[in-house]
Amino acid sequence: MSRFLRNQGWVAGLFALLIFLFVVTKLIQPGYGSGDFGSLARAVLPYAFAVAAQTVVVIAGGIDLSVAAMMALTSVTAASMMNGASEEYALFVVPFVLAMGFVLGALNGVLIVVTRVPDIVVTLAMLFVLQGVALLVLEAPGGAAAEWLKASVIGTVPIPGLPDWADAWVPKALVLLVVCLCIVWIPLRRSRLGLSIYAIGSNELAAFRSGVPVARTRIVAYALSGLFAALGGLSLTVSTGIGAPIPGPYLLASVAAVVLGGVALGGGKGGLLGPIIAVFVLRLVRTDLTLLAIDPNVTAIIEGLIMVAVVMFGAFITMRSRPAGATP
Amino acid sequence: MTTNPLPQSPLLDATGVAKNYGAVAALRNASLSVLPGEVHALMGANGAGKSTLVKILTGALKADAGRILIRGQQLDVRSPAAARRAGLLPVYQEPALIPDLDVLSNLRLTGTPVEPFRAWVRELGIPDLDIRETARHIPLAILRVLDLARALAVEPDVLLLDEMTAALPANLAEKVLEVVRRQGDAGRSVIFISHRFVEISALCDRATVLRDGSTVGVVDIEPGVEERIVEMMLGTRIEKTRVAARATNDVAVAAGSRPRLSVRNLQLGTKLNDVSFDLANGEVVGVFALEGQGQDELFAALAGSIRPTGGTIDVDGAPVKFSHPSDAIQAGIAYVPGDRAEALAMQRSVRENIALPFSAALRKWGPIRMRREQVVVSSAIARLQIDTRAQGEVQRLSGGNQQKVTIARWIAANARTILCFDPTRGIDVGTKQEIYKLLRELAGQGKSVLFYTSEMEEVQRVCDRVIVIFGGRVVDTFPVEQADEPALMRAAYGLPRGAKADVGILADVKPGSSAEATP
Amino acid sequence: MTDSATMPQPVSFGRRIKRFMADRPLIPLIILLIILVVILQVLRPGIVNERWLANTAKFAIPLAILAGCQTMTMLTGGIDLSVGTVATMSAFIMATQIVNQDPTVAFLLAMLPAVLIGLVNGIGVGVFRVHPLIMTLGTSLIGTGFLQVYQRTVIASGAKIPDFLNWLGTGVTYGFPNALLLFVPVAVLIVFMLNRTGFGRLLYAVGDNERAARLSGVRYWQVITALYILSSLLAGITGLLYIGLIKAPSLSLAEPLVLPSVAAAVIGGTSIFGGRGGYTGTIIGALILTVLTTLLTILQMPEGGRRILFGFIVLFVTAAYLRIVEDR
Repeated sequence: MSRFLRNQGWVAGLFALLIFLFVVTKLIQPGYGSGDFGSLARAVLPYAFAVAAQTVVVIAGGIDLSVAAMMALTSVTAASMMNGASEEYALFVVPFVLAMGFVLGALNGVLIVVTRVPDIVVTLAMLFVLQGVALLVLEAPGGAAAEWLKASVIGTVPIPGLPDWADAWVPKALVLLVVCLCIVWIPLRRSRLGLSIYAIGSNELAAFRSGVPVARTRIVAYALSGLFAALGGLSLTVSTGIGAPIPGPYLLASVAAVVLGGVALGGGKGGLLGPIIAVFVLRLVRTDLTLLAIDPNVTAIIEGLIMVAVVMFGAFITMRSRPAGATP
Repeated sequence: MTTNPLPQSPLLDATGVAKNYGAVAALRNASLSVLPGEVHALMGANGAGKSTLVKILTGALKADAGRILIRGQQLDVRSPAAARRAGLLPVYQEPALIPDLDVLSNLRLTGTPVEPFRAWVRELGIPDLDIRETARHIPLAILRVLDLARALAVEPDVLLLDEMTAALPANLAEKVLEVVRRQGDAGRSVIFISHRFVEISALCDRATVLRDGSTVGVVDIEPGVEERIVEMMLGTRIEKTRVAARATNDVAVAAGSRPRLSVRNLQLGTKLNDVSFDLANGEVVGVFALEGQGQDELFAALAGSIRPTGGTIDVDGAPVKFSHPSDAIQAGIAYVPGDRAEALAMQRSVRENIALPFSAALRKWGPIRMRREQVVVSSAIARLQIDTRAQGEVQRLSGGNQQKVTIARWIAANARTILCFDPTRGIDVGTKQEIYKLLRELAGQGKSVLFYTSEMEEVQRVCDRVIVIFGGRVVDTFPVEQADEPALMRAAYGLPRGAKADVGILADVKPGSSAEATP
Repeated sequence: MTDSATMPQPVSFGRRIKRFMADRPLIPLIILLIILVVILQVLRPGIVNERWLANTAKFAIPLAILAGCQTMTMLTGGIDLSVGTVATMSAFIMATQIVNQDPTVAFLLAMLPAVLIGLVNGIGVGVFRVHPLIMTLGTSLIGTGFLQVYQRTVIASGAKIPDFLNWLGTGVTYGFPNALLLFVPVAVLIVFMLNRTGFGRLLYAVGDNERAARLSGVRYWQVITALYILSSLLAGITGLLYIGLIKAPSLSLAEPLVLPSVAAAVIGGTSIFGGRGGYTGTIIGALILTVLTTLLTILQMPEGGRRILFGFIVLFVTAAYLRIVEDR
């Protein structure tokens, strides 16, 4: 039990915070119901994928600044491909865009390994490049999404045997999120590859000495990040019906949620669950502020302050956990 | 010890292994031949090339020259993974378990079978291991044993143990030694790297001795062999190099005067234990120790880089607490690290590097008085005869000149006490001589120097006294007259002064095993 | 003073070139600038005249000052992405406060957010050790939020561009843009500070080898905090100049200058890893980028293509720089 608390205590605490926020929401707005929860889940979707993308690389001891730009690019690609195309064509678009994210992510990794330029610089340069490509694909917000894709995040999933009132609390967007993350993450988490990702983030030298192929693992981590970012981009297109070439605020949000979710920025620690819950927490704070009739711009400030505070706190923790006598 | 009387072909046979780092040769011509079922010691003084050889054998480094045969077959061990497949497994001083994974995940990462691992863990004296525990939360000593068990569980043909028993409590160390010996009996080989003669005598069949990157001998372990090994490690330097030219110094340290620096009961985690000594004005005190005996931490604590966990430091009789190197500098204590890359802004000029401490304080951030700076820097450069023909970046200077810059900085800043950590490592003989002379001159001017060195002959050339550290404790203090090399070496290995190490001592340490150790 | 003085072995041609590039980064830059101007003249004969020169200088100056912020922060191994927001804030506050405030008061009010953001950046990076990129991105988001809130409070009073800023931003006297009156002293000050003051020395030292600086008694947080405040102040002043040039206060006034400012510093030979570079190179880098932008506009290269180019420039120059340093 004590080990569970030590290893999962942070996530458990976060979950408690989430429940608390739900209670607060219900108190502020007694009418808060399943429909609102559904729109919360929809709002969370792109953030959650952005955070998943960031989490994988951060666990591997890196950082990916190109997450938001990657989402913008995949979003506009999907939107412009589906624009005016048949409904069935989307069946091809989705895997194509996912593959594109995977390959571009892998390119990030390859550039880091081959050029030996630090990850932060490579992904910053890629941020420029991907943004540029996104602008070339679509100069202004536009495009379209297939109807069945749009429908896939709206409404609820009917689960046989569940009463309607409970069913209403299972929005499709949430199910989609859980399914997508689980398909990638659960087989990975316990596999040799997943362990290798943790290993290179935790202690690269020890990983090397344990026979982990460090370069290959790093490339795979970035490729997975690209895949998750592509999912995020798709979810943007699907939920808005268009693609926008200018990246949203997903980069800082992803870093903040990663830190708040208990994944150390140094790497090697944490999982996917914590950051995902953290995203819900951050979104719910926004909902509450809106419900309190606070100016949306002030909400943006408060959100930004929370994120910066979280990142500073995370950096502070990392600094403290360093062994005495290490480089200051 | 081996039951097989026939001459055997070696399991591992490395010959002519060489490795260069730039112009510096870490290994020149090392060879190592290990028979099946043998526990083979690999010995050598600091910097002899032991760790480089181990890294090459286990695929962590690529050799520039040489041939490595495993079971008679030439193998190109390119990565640790390839070495594993070839049956070579190292256990490093630094445990290779991933700190953030639990033990089970660590096993899966390396493809280690769990049941044999559990069996070995029990065998090694840890009955109640929780395999789900995260490695970070396991004490270091246990972690090293687990690392060993993980290696044993895949039944490697050759096991490389690097200082396996260092920092292990006695009961665990004993179990480890027992298990290692039994590996030999089971026909598998062990390469055993250790600074401890006691263990080597008790455990090993033969020893290969390295000196300056070359193999200088292979000896059978038998009673009394320690003296021979020490001789081999020292080479021809064993003859007394009494330094006559020391008359220049001897600003008589006034008896009873307050010491410049007084360290009492200094404690730093498990690294330093109860260290006490004095450093007087006009004195050069040498610190001699094998690698990793706590000297790094001692210097870092005195320089204000890390805070000691206990004990006191007095400067000129007044107690001080350093929380940042600038505090130490304020007290006139300057630290010259051994690694030049740690002390120099490599892309900046000689002048900027020397003048760096001048600008450090907030009130010195304004315009620099260039002409005055020029004068101070030039005089320091002249004093150390730094070759500044390559103007521009410090990284273009030779290693010796770079080292001079690190010292010149504190001459220019007029520091009263200089902590020199192995300042002559990897630099040419001429520059070494100049540095010796400089340190003596500084002492002659009433400054004080604490001088850690990994080369014994330097002790006699430079120091007035020498303290020897072993396992985080000051084990001995010699006036320079008595600090000949055999005495220092013996002290550094933790052997008592004067007495010859022999099986008699071992018998006390390991009563049950001496019979096996001596055939 | 030849290379052979310290390096007896013959030096290959490639290494000579590399060393030359490392020693005199300005010469290849100036050559590149001239080549670009020549191409421009060939493509549009007669375009290079007195008016064009003044115009290029006018647009290069704000970029060059912001690139100065990047130069100084990059010398310490950092980056300041909040300069765009800070410049915008100062410009916007100036333009709105001048309507019913004394110019001095308006100026002070305009500089206040710059100082605050710089202070927060400095504390975050210097004390909490947040990565500068994340930290400055975060404060820039918060700043934008504040600006949006502020905008709604002053929406009634309107905005105007002070005559002086108008004169400074757009005016030309005897063929020289008036902006040089601001730029020349600023540039001289930055160059003097970097080369001849203790603070400048520390910027280089901290960026080159933080540990060595620490062992020499330098307190990292002091240097970094002062640096980011200075960087923000410069950005604020740039904002005032820029509003005089653009004449249309908007909430994204200076944002388009951020990425080019990073690129200008990188092109100018300042290492993104710290410890090497200078402001003169950056000025030429800003000129190159301005001319390049003109060129790309003439070639009808879309905005997306420009960003891609910037991204590749940053990556390529950093990787090349790494090779030059390693081969020594």
